[in-house]
This record gives sequence, structure tokens and C-alpha cells, in this order.
Amino acid sequence: MKKIFTIVIFTENKIGLLNRVTSLFTQRHINIESLTTSESEYDGIHRFTVVIEETEERTFKVVRQIEKQVEVLKAFCFTDEETVSSEIALYKIKLDDSVDSSSLQAVMDKHDAHVKEEVGKFLIIEKTGLKQETHVLFEALKPFGIQGFVRSGRVSLSKTISTFSKHLQELEAHSKEIISQ
Amino acid sequence: MQTLTATKEIKKKSQIITGAEAVILSLLEEGTETIFGYPGGAIMPIYDSLYGYQDRLKHVLTRHEQGAIHAAQGFARVSNMPGVVFATSGPGATNLITGLADAKIDSTPLVCITGQVPFSLLGTDAFQETDVISLSMPVTKWNYQVTKPEEIPAAIAKAFYIASSGRPGPVLIDITKDAQFASLSYDYKKCQGFRSYNPSPRIDENKVKEAAELINNAKRPYILFGQGVILSEAEKEFQAFVEKTGIPAAWTLLGLSALPTDHPLNVGMLGMHGNYGPNKLTNQCDVLIAVGMRFDDRVTGNLARYAKQAKVIHLEIDPAEINKNVKTDVPILGDAKKSLQMLIEQCHANEHTDWLEQFEELNDLEYKKVIQNELNPDKEGLTMGEVIRRVNDLTDGDAVIVTDVGQHQMVACRYAKFKKTKSNITSGGLGTMGFCLPAALGAKLGAPERQVVGVIGDGGFQMTLQELGTIFQTQAAVKIIILNNEFLGMVRQWQQLFFDKRYSSTELVNPDFVAVTKGFGIEASSVAERENLDVGLKTMFDHQGPYLLEVKVEKEDNVFPMVPSGASVDEIRLE
Ligand SMILES: Cc1ncc(C[n+]2csc(CCOP(=O)(O)OP(=O)(O)O)c2C)c(N)n1
Repeated sequence: MKKIFTIVIFTENKIGLLNRVTSLFTQRHINIESLTTSESEYDGIHRFTVVIEETEERTFKVVRQIEKQVEVLKAFCFTDEETVSSEIALYKIKLDDSVDSSSLQAVMDKHDAHVKEEVGKFLIIEKTGLKQETHVLFEALKPFGIQGFVRSGRVSLSKTISTFSKHLQELEAHSKEIISQ
Repeated sequence: MQTLTATKEIKKKSQIITGAEAVILSLLEEGTETIFGYPGGAIMPIYDSLYGYQDRLKHVLTRHEQGAIHAAQGFARVSNMPGVVFATSGPGATNLITGLADAKIDSTPLVCITGQVPFSLLGTDAFQETDVISLSMPVTKWNYQVTKPEEIPAAIAKAFYIASSGRPGPVLIDITKDAQFASLSYDYKKCQGFRSYNPSPRIDENKVKEAAELINNAKRPYILFGQGVILSEAEKEFQAFVEKTGIPAAWTLLGLSALPTDHPLNVGMLGMHGNYGPNKLTNQCDVLIAVGMRFDDRVTGNLARYAKQAKVIHLEIDPAEINKNVKTDVPILGDAKKSLQMLIEQCHANEHTDWLEQFEELNDLEYKKVIQNELNPDKEGLTMGEVIRRVNDLTDGDAVIVTDVGQHQMVACRYAKFKKTKSNITSGGLGTMGFCLPAALGAKLGAPERQVVGVIGDGGFQMTLQELGTIFQTQAAVKIIILNNEFLGMVRQWQQLFFDKRYSSTELVNPDFVAVTKGFGIEASSVAERENLDVGLKTMFDHQGPYLLEVKVEKEDNVFPMVPSGASVDEIRLE
């Protein structure tokens, strides 16, 4: 049975690695639902967050293939229950006479959204949350006329203690050990 | 070859030299003696530097970059040293792709160096610009684009380290032309490891213990061995393990020659065209011990009915291979040599006479139904098998046999006899037609003291026959046998068996192979009758230099036994 998995990958910060990692999904015909890369809490180490919908077995196998790539330090995979995740959505609404600003405010309040900026004749509304939540707001804003909409990739942190720093220490010790041999 | 220029002294440390010269010096630091390649605009500075080092670095000018990379593969596989390849940008680089894919799937260490357009032209669709980094990404173990000269020594050091450690594979370094021209302060330091690459996982002693216990209590244990044994140079340990435990052992296509073919516990070949017993009894053993092999689908047939009754032990260096195709009960992650050393200690000396006898019984059956007719046929036309049998006799099983892809490959691997390791060179995982001729040349250059025999189909020969030019120029004394059936034989066999004999585009109208070969300046002859076969082969082996023998074989013979695709290994057919 397929479900949503969040794959977190720690890598060296190297050109082309993103390409190498995504092609592992392409080769297996796995669609990437969302992908984010950023710095991690460790100096010089990058963090990819990839969301896919797959069976557990195929997910585990692709994670092992990712981990095997030179310059990938470690890959983890989590179910939704194991992580706290978020996405940001921005909505552009045109302000004209037909827009009832008090009912627009009511919709924003109800959905825990706020005005990010008012630019000329437009309002940029921001909401953070899971995909379902930003989607519900999208539906609610439709009657006001949405001029633009964008949703970011998912960012996630696991609910448990990170084992990566221990792993990193081990990797560094092990590579020193090899060097000294 | 004599040259006019005085050759250079190897540079002392911290000298200012060009990027191009740094490439050459770095290769020398890594012990490179032979390079296979083809020049062009974007790699000319490197070729120019090479000119000054011809006394220490031999460059083999092939006739096509695909020829260069297959030759480097042949070289690497006989010597266990990384093969080194040069090619120019654009078409030079794209011509490497097939060889990279082949080396990746067959775990062959290669260091390929391609020239690239200058940094300022990257992304402008410049003349002969291709994005070789993206193109080669899925078919390399690692690749890297160098745009500054000072990156060159470290990039090459890393390339050699990655190519040859852990599960080996091809790497590619793309160097922009301006980085080749510009100068750097040169220092070389070998790469000995870095944190984001762990080539030799620490072996878990508990797993070794668990495995030994399973093995010691097994009634019908069975060993499958692959190229991992050869790549980790564990042949001695492997043989000791087999002998101490008394367990029958069967090989994958790439494991062939890791254990002498005539060893009493060597029960034969696995897979689609492997031997009858080794396939059938896979589904009867109680403990399956896989050593340095990856359960390729050509070995396992239908996975849903593969060794389901057995406990599986898997000795493997690549974590991604564990549980990939076959569920493993006891994985031993690590280098095969070390794992085997640890395992031998904990395994009891044993014999499995009754179990071994089952292999012998099935072998007798296969002998009567298939092998006898193949090796000693009483029909008129020549069989591929009898050619291989005579090659065995005349080389005393001591030759390196290089094969192409198709029926002749399966027949050669089924019947060739090997005493020494690293003696069977074939394109296994990718099944690349055109592999043999250049790979045989590379093998001869990698093991000049050994007899190297290439066995090729009439189809595959015509995919890279331009390399006869390289063989002529180098005078590498390879012996080439074309087994000519005037068909793309293996495809024709499938058409006969599974497509109602509809021979769609598999019949070849061939050129005169002897005339073609002689046109390249290489001696050649052709035989079509049994009584001439021996003379033909002897003439070939007695000849000093390279030689090509065409053997006209039966046109529509089939290779058996066969596990039809989708079938289970125990449904192997003898006819
Ligand atoms: C580059 C490439 N193209 C196509 C194939 C598919 N293929 C596999 S075996 C074969 C026939 C080989 O014919 P030949 O070289 O005459 O050898 P034979 O099988 O007759 O011994 C073909 C076309 C392949 N393996 N490689």
C-alpha cells in the first residue's frame, strides 16, 4: 500500500548532487511530490527534504540507493506520524470594489492566515500549514478571485532525537581510521 | 615507439605547471602506465603534455571512443587496476556512455578524463559542448567538472580512490580547456578517504556467528559466487571456505574463473543458460550462501519462486544490494575477503556427499541431453561448443577468454575451462554487443604474458570491428574467433522459441571477414569443416602476432538448457 513518506537526506554541498538524487526517483518512476533543499544545522552540510507517495518497500530501497551515492552522508525516511511538517502558501487577491474586505478578513481569521503585504491593488496573503489546510483556504478564497497562488515544498523535522550527529561523528572517525591504516 | 622530443623529468613538488601537465603527473602518481583514448579540440592541451611523457605513459589510440572505454574495461578486469580513458568534449564524451554504463553495472574501475569547452563558453551551446556531467550521472559512480587548474590533483586523486575502492565503478572527470591551459602550484596527495563515502563497512561479528551457525547445521547448503570474490581478491579464501565446509558452489556469469572450473565442488553455472543442477537445486537447498553477487534477474528467474525454502546468507559490500531482490536472513556487509576469513574460522569442516551427488545426477542428465551433442556432435555442421572444447585443449585452460554478447557468449562461458582467476571477461549486466574486440585488446595489454582469446558473434564483431585498426597498430597478439552463424543468433533463438519462428530482421548478409581482417593488415583464415578446425586453431595459436579465425558454425543451433523468461529456476528446460 502506498503512503506518504518524507525522505530527509544529508549531503555535502556539491554541484550536481541534486541531479544525481532526483534521477534515482526518475529511474524508478517515482513521482516527487515536493522537494526542498537548504542548509542544515551542520556547517557545510545540506539537507534535502523529499516527499513521495510510495510503498514502504520501494521507499526503503530508493533510500538505500540514495545513501550509496558518493557525497551523501545519510538518508532517513519518515511517515507523517513521525514528523512535524509545514508548507507556506501565498495567495494574490485583487482589491477592487467588488471585494468585501470584512468577509475577506473573516476568511483569513478562520484559516489562521494573514496579510503578508499590500502591493498597490493587490493583497498577498500568507498561510503556513499542511497541504490540506492551505488547499482549504484556496477554496475559501476562490470567490474573491485568486490572481496568483504558490505553495512551497514541505519542510519537516522528526519528532524523535536526531541520530544524525552521532552518525556524522562515526563517519568522521571511520574515515580517519581508514586514512591512518 | 621512438620520439623526437626529449622526455621530461617528473616534476618535483610545488612546481608551477599547467593543468594539462598536472593531469599527466597525477596519473603517473597513481601508477598509470597505459591510457586508452582519442584526441580532439577540447583535450588537446592534455595530449600535448602527454607528448613529453611517452616513455612512461603508453597511449593506445583506438578507432572510436567506445573502443577506448571497452579496451580500458578489458585492461581493468585482467589487472584489477583502474582503466584510464581520454576523450574530447561533445561527441568524444557521448561515445563513452555505453562503456560507462557497462562498467557501472559490472563494477569495473575506470577513470575517464574528458576535455570540455572553456569555462566562459559553458552553457552557450558552443562547438562540441555537451553537458557530459548530466549525461553521465546515472552511469558513473561519481563525476566531477574541473574548472580551475588547482582542482586537478585532488580531483584525480579522488577519482582513483572512488573508482577502485568499495564496490568499484567508473568515474568521470570533465576538465574545461582553460583549466588545462592555466597554471597551478602542483602538489600531489593520494586520497585515502572522506566522510561522505564509506567503501568498506565494518563487518558485524554477530552476523558472522549467525551465518556460521546456519552453515554448520545445514543439511543441503549451497554457495553462489559472483564477481565480488574476484574484485576483493578473495579467491584463496573462497576456495578454502568451499573446501573446509564441503559445500557445492555455483557461479554467476561474472563469478566464472574465481574458482577453477574443474574443482570437485564447482558444480557449474547459474542462470538463464546455466547448468541444469545448479538451477534446479536452488529450490531444494536449505541454506543459500551468496558471496559477492547481486541476484540479477538473469540468475534468479521468477523471484516469487526463487529459493523460498532456504535461509539466505548474503556476503556483500554494497548495502543497497542487501534485500534488493532476494530477502536475506543473515546479511554480512563488508569486503568479501575479510568476511570469508572470519567465516572460515567459525565453520566446521564438513562433507555433503549425498547432496553433492544430486548435482552429479542432474549433471549426467544434462550431459546426455545437451553437453555431449554440443561438445562431440555427430551431425555435419560445426557447433560452437566443440570450438570452445578445442580451445580449452589447445590452451590447456590457461587462456583469458573474452566474449561478446549472444549465443557464443553463453556457449563459451558454459564450456570454457579456467584454472586462473580474472580469466573470463564478458559484458554481463549490460550485455553490450561490440564489447569483445576492444576488451580483448585491452586485456592483452593488461596481461601481455597471457594468451587472450576473443570469442565473438558475426553480429557483434561488426559493431566495433574498426578496432582491428588499433590491434594492427599496437600489434597486440590477441586471437579472435568469430563464430559465424549468419544470424543474430540469440535473438533468432528467441524468435524461434517464443515468436513462432518469425525471423524478423535477424538474418545477416555478411562481408568476407577474412578479407576485411587482411585489409587491416592482420592475418586471418576461415574454417567450415570439422576436419579443418584443429588446423585452423593451431595456425592461429602458433602465429606470432594477432590473428583472426572465422569458424562457420551451424546456422540455427540453440543454446540449452534455458530458463524461459518469467519462469522459475526449477522450470529450466533441457530442450
Ligand atoms: C548493443 C546491443 N544491441 C542489441 C543487443 C541485443 N542482442 C542480444 S544478443 C544479440 C544477437 C547477437 O548476435 P551475434 O553477435 O551474431 O552472436 P550470436 O548470438 O549469433 O552468437 C542481439 C542483437 C545487444 N545485446 N547489444
